[in-house]
Amino acid sequence: MNAWLKLQYEVIRIQFMKMLAYRVVYFTGVFNYAINIGAYYFLWEAIYRHRSLIGGLTLEQMVTYVAVAWISRTFYFNNVDREIADDVRTGKVAVELARPYDYLTFKISGALGEALFRLFFFTVPGSIFVYLLFPVAWPASMASFGWFGLSIILSFAVNNAINLLTGMTAFYTLNTTGIIRAKHISIDLLSGLVVPISLFPEGLQLWLKWLPFQSIAFVPTMIYTGALQGDALVDALSRQFLWALLLSVLAWALFAIARRKMVVQGG
Amino acid sequence: MIEALGLTKEFRLFQRREGVMGAVRDLWDRDYQTVKAVDQIDLKVNRGEMVGYIGANGAGKSTTIKMLSGILVPSSGHLVVNGFVPHKERVEFCRRIGVVFGQRSQLWWDLAVSESFRLLSRVYRIPESVYRQRLDRFVELLEMADFLHIPVRKLSLGQRMRCELTAALLHHPDLVFLDEPTIGLDVLAKDRIRRFLSEINQELGTTVLLTTHDLSDIEALCSRVVMIDKGKIVYDGSLGKLQDSFGQGRTIKVDFSAPVNLAELHASFGHLPVRWETPESRRAIATFSAKEVAPAEVMKILIDQYPVLDIAIDATKIEEIVKEIYQGSVMV
Repeated sequence: MNAWLKLQYEVIRIQFMKMLAYRVVYFTGVFNYAINIGAYYFLWEAIYRHRSLIGGLTLEQMVTYVAVAWISRTFYFNNVDREIADDVRTGKVAVELARPYDYLTFKISGALGEALFRLFFFTVPGSIFVYLLFPVAWPASMASFGWFGLSIILSFAVNNAINLLTGMTAFYTLNTTGIIRAKHISIDLLSGLVVPISLFPEGLQLWLKWLPFQSIAFVPTMIYTGALQGDALVDALSRQFLWALLLSVLAWALFAIARRKMVVQGG
Repeated sequence: MIEALGLTKEFRLFQRREGVMGAVRDLWDRDYQTVKAVDQIDLKVNRGEMVGYIGANGAGKSTTIKMLSGILVPSSGHLVVNGFVPHKERVEFCRRIGVVFGQRSQLWWDLAVSESFRLLSRVYRIPESVYRQRLDRFVELLEMADFLHIPVRKLSLGQRMRCELTAALLHHPDLVFLDEPTIGLDVLAKDRIRRFLSEINQELGTTVLLTTHDLSDIEALCSRVVMIDKGKIVYDGSLGKLQDSFGQGRTIKVDFSAPVNLAELHASFGHLPVRWETPESRRAIATFSAKEVAPAEVMKILIDQYPVLDIAIDATKIEEIVKEIYQGSVMV
């Protein structure tokens, strides 16, 4: 266990250094989030100019929703899908498989390191700016904030499992760019990041309830605002947990199958 | 150390049909062809041996190494390496082996070399004090002190390869697979790496399986050579015997400052079994066997009698030897 912890620590440290090595990527990342949150703020403000309620939400609630959803994304988002696809495409996966660790576990360790980095360098400073610049509400209660914290960790787990699966499609098709882009769009739209799911047509909402996407953005954000309480809260958190578990099991199963048929690129 | 019996790896390759209609049909009805990259090979390597594994491109060298190191799952056959079935007990097995793929880095591209080593010391659970001691030793042996703190992407190929070897050997593995460790290196760098490998082999008793296109790597390191062609082992024995049989072919390419003619060349070398060609009026190519004719003698005659500008001498390449064996023109 001690050796395992030492390795985790080292992986996280390496991940921090890697992220800091790419200063330009970091600063453009900050810029992108600022633009997105700002753009959605002005968009919703314009939409609300002639109405006071949309889908039962006030402007302040809507702005809070958008800001919290985007700020949460700074934490759970990563490019593990592209990393895995590149490992497979370039044949680097062979090097990884010659090491005494489980490939997917090692990828998740790296993703955890990145999430920690993002927490300190994107999420926290981003939150402070957003609270100062826009009329964003505080969490509904201390309890809501606590549950929100748990929920956001589960968001990370669900999103990460989807990324593992998306990346591993590279074992079957060499053109993963399209699949990764499709995944990005699906998650941004169907997770409720861009528009709250409560504004979707009712039939669609029913379908989305059976998909993993809303576990990523909609659920934690609704917990933050206090819209999910009691049984609904327990139900939402359990769904997140089950999706994280199910998708992770699928990811490992897919890896085991893919490994048997693997062809290492480049000899 | 390595015990393989009937080891086989098949790949299913997708055959594209020709033309637009064929491509449309490929969308739902795909044709696959099974290719045997490694076909029923038997291989036994003892502890402490250094074995050269050679063969032409696509002969099945890398696929064999990838099965032996647990990366690829064999299609059939029996395989035990260092007491493990590699693909089944991969994680435990990998703790005791090292791998270098010359064409592919195992270091973290954007970080200083020393950071990669540190991370690997954690991956292989090397105690801190032992790690320090070993790293110091490797740094000294491979003269790496100057670039230990430079990001990997800024290293020269020779520097990088020294780091790759360190990365593969820091945990003192029982067995190390080296897939073209000297590819693209200059003579000095190759020499340094060879000296290092034989030192490690003697000091730690590390078993080494090495693939290469450069016969001189094997000359310097391996007493035993295994040759593979089209997935099958075609030679397994000493290097000396291999070279005596057919490693003696030489070609000399000569550029002259004035045109020469073929008959004249054949006349000057009439007493020696040398075959001449003149692809251009001022250029000639000689082929002969070093067993029958000393290359120096050929060069001396050339320089004494002709207006020579430039001379290049080549030994027979492994590919050519393999080709000869496969075509059955040389019997082992």
